[in-house]
Amino acid sequence: MISYIGRRVLWILPVLFVVSVLTFALMHAAPGGPWDREKKVPAATLAALNAKYGLDEPIYIQYVNWATKMLVLDLGPSFKYRDRTVNEIVASGIWTTVQLGIMAFTLAVVIGIPLGVLGALGHNKWPDYLTTSISIIGIATPTFVLAIMLVIIFSLWLGWFPTGGWKGPEYWVLPTIALAGFSIAQIARYTRASMLEVTRKDYIRTALSKGVGNRAVVRRHMIRNALIPVVTILGPILAFMVTGSFIIETFFSVPGIGRYYVTAIEQRDYGVIMAMTVLYAAVVAVLNLVVDVLYAYIDPRIRVS
Amino acid sequence: MASQTRALEAPVTAARPSASLWSDAFSRLRRNKLAMVGLGLVILLLLAAIVGPFIAPYPYDQQDIKAVLANGGEPLPPRSEGHVLGTDSLGRDLLSRLLDGARISVTVALVVQIVVLLIGVPVGAIAGWFAGRADNILMRITDIMYAFPDLLFIIILSVTFRETPIGQAMDGLLLVFVAIGLTSWVTVARLVRGQLLSLKETEFVEAARAVGVSDRNIVTRHLLPNGISPVIVAVTLGIPAAILAEATLAYIGIGVQAPRASWGSLVADGYKYIRSYPHLVFFPALFIALALASFTFLGDGLRDALDPKLKGKQ
Repeated sequence: MISYIGRRVLWILPVLFVVSVLTFALMHAAPGGPWDREKKVPAATLAALNAKYGLDEPIYIQYVNWATKMLVLDLGPSFKYRDRTVNEIVASGIWTTVQLGIMAFTLAVVIGIPLGVLGALGHNKWPDYLTTSISIIGIATPTFVLAIMLVIIFSLWLGWFPTGGWKGPEYWVLPTIALAGFSIAQIARYTRASMLEVTRKDYIRTALSKGVGNRAVVRRHMIRNALIPVVTILGPILAFMVTGSFIIETFFSVPGIGRYYVTAIEQRDYGVIMAMTVLYAAVVAVLNLVVDVLYAYIDPRIRVS
Repeated sequence: MASQTRALEAPVTAARPSASLWSDAFSRLRRNKLAMVGLGLVILLLLAAIVGPFIAPYPYDQQDIKAVLANGGEPLPPRSEGHVLGTDSLGRDLLSRLLDGARISVTVALVVQIVVLLIGVPVGAIAGWFAGRADNILMRITDIMYAFPDLLFIIILSVTFRETPIGQAMDGLLLVFVAIGLTSWVTVARLVRGQLLSLKETEFVEAARAVGVSDRNIVTRHLLPNGISPVIVAVTLGIPAAILAEATLAYIGIGVQAPRASWGSLVADGYKYIRSYPHLVFFPALFIALALASFTFLGDGLRDALDPKLKGKQ
């Protein structure tokens, strides 16, 4: 097990390397540069700027320069926010993004799993219809539409929550729900299907026929086994919440790092693009690893083989 | 248990007409109400995409300036004269723009899945058939694709090549389609590989090899047809994901170029008027929801219908 984890951890490094090389090459292949403005910048100024930031070097030298700094976690300067380094930009928003992601993830798990269990236990009765309806609505509603609906209902009509900002707990509610909506549906669907699958298993019949109470069968035999496959989708869901939050962050003016991403790409702010892509890729890779390890850990059948 | 020893009145095989995998699956699909609703909506969507521009009351970019001016420069509400669903602030007919949007969504669905199949099937087939080193290399590549943050990669690609000819093709849509396809083929590649690895060991493949069928024919004649059903399901369920990705990108202003509008950009445009003219957001959002739900229902239905584990049950 330990050597397996070790190999997987080492494998993350080449993945990050390839991701960073690809992103770097793509960015620099794009026409236009960070100094493009409405007004044309004089050639001499342009040359001076390029020289100052090392943009006049061949592309592979530029990559090596970036990568060596990256290894000591120096993410370089931002071209758009000239008075701040990329480190400062990332540091200023990363915790907000993480906080939003974890809150939405917790909400999705806390609502999605019970909803799925409930739907399966009341198969073809009203709890099932409730679960199925909620999952259908959740899956058919894109995040940005859900965000709009939440603002209309809870901010404009009812006035319960502010439309944007991040000043206190009441500001957290709508962005968290909006980010969690799609995943609640996904988790509920998955849990329900997995529970129904388990219900048909022989060991459930055995447990029931030897007189184990309904409650205990559900708790000890069904839910435990049904949740094993559900764990596999939790990693991608958490990754989606951290990396996909930029729409929510922009919509609700949440001061996380996601909202910088699109503007950084538009403005060729190379440092910010590279930092965020590598950061996001690392998050995804680590979460995938955690899920695989967790999967092996909670399922004794896999642990043994 | 006397009945067990009674003579058979008719040959056992007559109890149920023999059915191929496909007709069997189809009859199961037909009994699934939700899947049939999905199929119906999918057909409607396809029709809207094909004949939409011919039955649309106006071209998608035609401005009814007079009507808007008569309304004080504001969008027309639904059920206005000549505009069933109203217009936007430039006097463009919402229904006509929605129908054009249907064409965009259907094209996304098709082009992305074609890209996915063109990359995913060969990669998965090569990895699964040759195993060993080829398998290792290809699967490591899919690992890398897995770690790439999808939406961000699509945004980088779209912005990077926006000014190039491919970025301008199809009103800026082709590039987005290809970018979405490039990030979505991994699932199909893994499925095909897994299917091949397990089918390769089956007896009928062994038999085919024993009588000297060539590698190529074993893959194309025996393995692909037998392993295709999970791929069909993955492709169907990949369609709503692609439509969602395109709508999301259009919402943040990437992809389709004005004056054309996809459902996502219609939502983004309409949001400015949300207080007084919610219909500008409501209808495109409704169309997105119906498209996503219908393909998901159909995909779920196909999965249940094609899953051999369920065969004989119910």
